[in-house]
Amino acid sequence: MSTATTEISSKTSIWNGGQSPFNASYGKLMMWFFLLSDAFTFSALLVTYGMVRYSHAAYDPSVHGAIVDNVFPFSQGYWPLPDFVFNSFPFAHQLGFDHAPLVFVGIMTFILIMSSVTMVLAVEAGHRMDKKAVEKWMLWTIIGGLTFLGCQAWEWNHFIHAGSSLSYNSYGPPDFAALFFFITGFHGTHVLSGVLLNFLIYYRTVTGMYEKRGHYEMVEKVGLYWHFVDLVWVFVFTFFYLI
Amino acid sequence: MSSEETSNIQVIPADKNKIKHIWKVAGILGLITTLEFIVAFTIPSGMLKLSIFVVMTIVKAAYIVGEFMHLKHESKTLMWSILLPMIFVVWMLIAFRYESWAILQARGW
Repeated sequence: MSTATTEISSKTSIWNGGQSPFNASYGKLMMWFFLLSDAFTFSALLVTYGMVRYSHAAYDPSVHGAIVDNVFPFSQGYWPLPDFVFNSFPFAHQLGFDHAPLVFVGIMTFILIMSSVTMVLAVEAGHRMDKKAVEKWMLWTIIGGLTFLGCQAWEWNHFIHAGSSLSYNSYGPPDFAALFFFITGFHGTHVLSGVLLNFLIYYRTVTGMYEKRGHYEMVEKVGLYWHFVDLVWVFVFTFFYLI
Repeated sequence: MSSEETSNIQVIPADKNKIKHIWKVAGILGLITTLEFIVAFTIPSGMLKLSIFVVMTIVKAAYIVGEFMHLKHESKTLMWSILLPMIFVVWMLIAFRYESWAILQARGW
């Protein structure tokens, strides 16, 4: 019996086991396929935004009235220009400017890109078994994520106080506000769970779990998730705020 | 005993070129975002602006997925099994964009 098995395994067939499909570990591969499915979810949300937006009338200055002194003629009858909806900034009013189009969301974009960079540096440090550097860069990544969430909380707070909810919108058609809360909320939930996962990884690095294990692959897997969150924001930034 | 254990772990020094490459990609992403800002306030709304934004976004996405997520350096079969299914999204976008036009017509605005 044992001789039979050795004979079979000596003929190296790909079906005999011990092979990694795509030369990737199980965990990494599953993370990739999860992210693909998550990409479909976000695509559906953003394509829905496009469909709802273009099934409403577009703003036309010759019909709806011109923009005077950076004040946009908001109406539920047509889709507003996002630069005039998202033009607020913390303490901007006290500092003497009321129109800062897309500045705040631009800063949020830079924060998320930077936290993605620190994540790559954490993964790189993990490859070198450099525990101290992994700790440092994971901590920066967590700080970046929390800062982003703080900014989003401010933006939501501002938007809600301006009179917008899932069913009413003071800036335009109600669907605009509903989609804003759905898309940025779904992304924000991803950021939140990303921060929690990053913290878990940071904690386990500090306690020396990965050093004992002999590799930092968990940093890589959670890193994939974190980059995906940044990737989604790149698309949200373009298709929700810029266009 | 425990100090003996920790001394077994060899920390490999950082490769300067690798670190430089990471910051280079970060610089490109930052630069494109800045350009997007400039485009947002200099070019009037229309097909040209939309096309510029779409191209810039795809370039940014390619850098994030290819370099940061390392997909460019994984096996080619893994790369394509992640990228090819995204064709469905392209079709969804075309189908729903067409549908939105039909709805707008039906509403008669």
